[in-house]
Amino acid sequence: MAKYEAVIGIEVHAELWTKSKLFCGCNAEFGASPNTHTCPVCLGMPGVLPVMNREAFEHALRAALAFNCRIPRITRCDRKNYYYPDLPKNYQISQLYANLGTDGYVDLFLDGSEKRVGILNVHIEEDAGKLLHPETPGADFSLVDLNRAGVPLLEIVSAPDMRSVEEADAFMRTARDMLLYLEASDCKMEEGSLRFEASVSLRPEGAEKLGTRVEIKNLNSMKAVNRVVGYEIDRQEKRLEMGEGVLQETRLWDEESGATSAMRSKEEASDYRYFPEPDLVPIELDEGWIESARESLPELPHYRRRRFVTEHGLPEYDASVLTQERAAADFFEEAVSKGAAAKSVSNWLMGDVLRLVNEKKIAFSELGLSADNLVEVIKLVDSGEINRSAAKDVLEEVIDSGKSPGEVVRDRGLAQISGEEELEAVARKVIEGNPKPVEDFRKGKKGAVGFLVGQVMKETRGRANPKVVSEILTRLLSS
Amino acid sequence: MGSELSYLKLSALEIRELIVSGRVSAVDVVRGLLDWVEKGDREVCCFVTVDAEGAMAHAEAIDRKVSAGERMGLLAGIPVAVKDNICTESLLTSCSSHILEGFEPPYDAHVVTRLQDEDAVVVGKTNMDEFAMGSSTENSGLFPTGNPWDTGRVPGGSSGGSAAAVAAEMAYLALGSDTGGSIRQPAALCGVVGFKPTYGRVSRYGLIAFASSLDQIGPIGRTVSDVALMTRVISGHDPRDSTCVDRAVPDYPALVDAGVEGRTFGMPVECFGEGLEPETEEAVRAAVGKLKGLGGNVVEISLPHTEYAVAAYYLIATAEASSNLARYDGVHYGYRPEKAEDIIELFSRAREEGFGSEVKRRVMLGTYALSAGYYDAYYLKASKVRSLIKSDFDKAFGEVDFIVCPTSPSPAFKLGEKVDDPLKLYLCDIYTIPANLAGLPGISIPCGLSTEGLPIGVQLMGRPFDEEGVLQAARAVEGALDFEPRRPPLARRRTGS
Repeated sequence: MAKYEAVIGIEVHAELWTKSKLFCGCNAEFGASPNTHTCPVCLGMPGVLPVMNREAFEHALRAALAFNCRIPRITRCDRKNYYYPDLPKNYQISQLYANLGTDGYVDLFLDGSEKRVGILNVHIEEDAGKLLHPETPGADFSLVDLNRAGVPLLEIVSAPDMRSVEEADAFMRTARDMLLYLEASDCKMEEGSLRFEASVSLRPEGAEKLGTRVEIKNLNSMKAVNRVVGYEIDRQEKRLEMGEGVLQETRLWDEESGATSAMRSKEEASDYRYFPEPDLVPIELDEGWIESARESLPELPHYRRRRFVTEHGLPEYDASVLTQERAAADFFEEAVSKGAAAKSVSNWLMGDVLRLVNEKKIAFSELGLSADNLVEVIKLVDSGEINRSAAKDVLEEVIDSGKSPGEVVRDRGLAQISGEEELEAVARKVIEGNPKPVEDFRKGKKGAVGFLVGQVMKETRGRANPKVVSEILTRLLSS
Repeated sequence: MGSELSYLKLSALEIRELIVSGRVSAVDVVRGLLDWVEKGDREVCCFVTVDAEGAMAHAEAIDRKVSAGERMGLLAGIPVAVKDNICTESLLTSCSSHILEGFEPPYDAHVVTRLQDEDAVVVGKTNMDEFAMGSSTENSGLFPTGNPWDTGRVPGGSSGGSAAAVAAEMAYLALGSDTGGSIRQPAALCGVVGFKPTYGRVSRYGLIAFASSLDQIGPIGRTVSDVALMTRVISGHDPRDSTCVDRAVPDYPALVDAGVEGRTFGMPVECFGEGLEPETEEAVRAAVGKLKGLGGNVVEISLPHTEYAVAAYYLIATAEASSNLARYDGVHYGYRPEKAEDIIELFSRAREEGFGSEVKRRVMLGTYALSAGYYDAYYLKASKVRSLIKSDFDKAFGEVDFIVCPTSPSPAFKLGEKVDDPLKLYLCDIYTIPANLAGLPGISIPCGLSTEGLPIGVQLMGRPFDEEGVLQAARAVEGALDFEPRRPPLARRRTGS
């Protein structure tokens, strides 16, 4: 049986995170009632003109730089002409001849290996509207919602450099994390902010020449891409095995059946008649502009993840959890810089802090915890002033009340009792009240001390230093 | 009645002076003009929509402002006409096309807002070749317009309605648009002044696009000073048009009389050859002679790529038009065919039934020029020719301040004379197209009459954004020329002079 290698390319379509649309002042927010976020410009009325949204352009420029693209001195928009009722002008303002970024790459850090995927280009374009087909039986019309028409989109086109579903998945995740870090897109797949297109072909293992490519458009989740790529690899392999060959075509993915079906072949492919958009002036990018955009780039998540392992000695797992959200990673580094041990900070973040974030269903940055406060909590535990379980309560109260950890400990009397005399008195009382475990201990069941420690903790309402208690009990029982 | 009608032959500057000084009411001026339109336009057919009610209400408001002693705008009380491809809020805007049937824009074009800011009175919308595609106004989807000098002849185009309205004294000033000569050529054929400013001088916001990289709005008037006044009003930055530049606007009407002494004029040899009618050539050369008499220098120059201008123009303009006109599909506004079976039929029938034949011809030409496999050979090559034409001009303007040549190869031709020969019609624009390809300011002013009594125009072009110089040169020629009559027979009959 011949062995085939899959060749996969992916296009990422991300809605840029802007207040207004790409070419007009309309609100770009998701979810308004149909056609309320519209004006003559995004409705494509006669005589109106587009004006480039600077915020959107800057987002796109930063993304192009983050994907290591070459930035031309002059970038321009082009018109992509096709007729569709959700496209009010019957052309889409996009880019083709002078893309914002070209010839870039992105490094994927897979389990134990690295992989560089080429980026053919990064460009900006406007989104189309949405057609609504009424479900009323016998309805002979469709409705158009143009709220999304003109919302800025960033398109990132990869080279066909991926060889497996895993690599495709890693590419999409890396791209998404990068866009989130850049604050270029909110990447909400359920709102259509992040969509994908995939191209898949097979070739005999070791062959240079690419096989015939199939494109699948309008994929609304990474899961769908992973499934579609897996499906296409199987389908194409079967066809090749049976000597049937693969047709160059665009196929449609059906989420429910989990299969693709033919949409249009190469012969039917549209001729988009691209030409330079005469209503927008070319944008000149001088060195200063490009450099200041480059300087404003944050450290990207996949590089940061690797650095957390090498520099802070975190386990791979911790590093990947902590770098998922930029605010959490920033918090981690701030806490470490203020003198807390990396692993302690990581444990606190991955444990109680992220649990609270999840419980409250909020973003990390909305939690209202400062690095100073967490460092203080950690120090209170390390110095033995409070114990671990009290610390959890302190943390929660710090978040809820906005007090400092020191204030919470004082106000609630949570300070740990480490005084030998005070604890010895309690210990003696516990020994007297629990003859059975005491006897067990004396008979050699050393573990029985744990129960007695628990009883002391109970008596002191958790404020006792368990380590000290254990020492006192052992001493008293052994004498 | 008689006195009201005699106001109509005054210049815009003169009528403004009478209105703001309170000697004449804007209401009387506008009423007199509307009466004349109602009668005279049956013959000329230059208006597609007359907003009598709106104009009268506006005139009353102007008179109240005058009585209250308020500061009056630069165009106070002046009745103006607007070409029907320039959007006017709540006033039908059709581009003389069935496909925009019933379309009332919810916004004013930037230039219309500017006119209103300066207290102009918009009296109506003027006829044009459908979507500005043509040189005779015969391609109007509604009806043809007659030339006020001989209503059996064309007024030129595509701003034929605006030029005819100004010539027939049915408006003091009018707005036109010029993609390949559509202001200058009808101005020449109707014996009025038509000016296309530099591309980027006037905002295109609200101008329904034909070919975006070539379209420019400009004024048509009976005197150079009136045109200078309107140019001043409509020029200037508009953030809604990113191709519109942010540059100070000189006070053109105040600067227009500076003369041409010491200025150099270039006569391109390419514009005085084959195809130019002898009478036209004679009148243009006579105007050039006047320039010399005024202290100007005249030299021969060459613009070697001029012969490719028409070809390049018809590729670029049609390519852009094929895309600009794609939005007229029956879905969102304008004409919508009934009982379409599906979306393809809706699109196809809206366009089949809504567009006239010249528009369809150009959309098809443009679609072809942009098609895969032809883009390089047609659109891209035409763009390169355009750059060469631009550099011809750059070179010429290193030696001369202005270029002078005919506006049109011949005076107005008869209605129907060229309708069956689009190529012949396309050649009407041979002298005006280069200024659009290079984005230069160009003006046409009347310089004489043919033996048949038809107006002839001379064209002056200048450096980019030298509207001031072009207007000064035009004013100088205008003042030196002494042919009669200046008014068309139609207007002379009205006033009995």
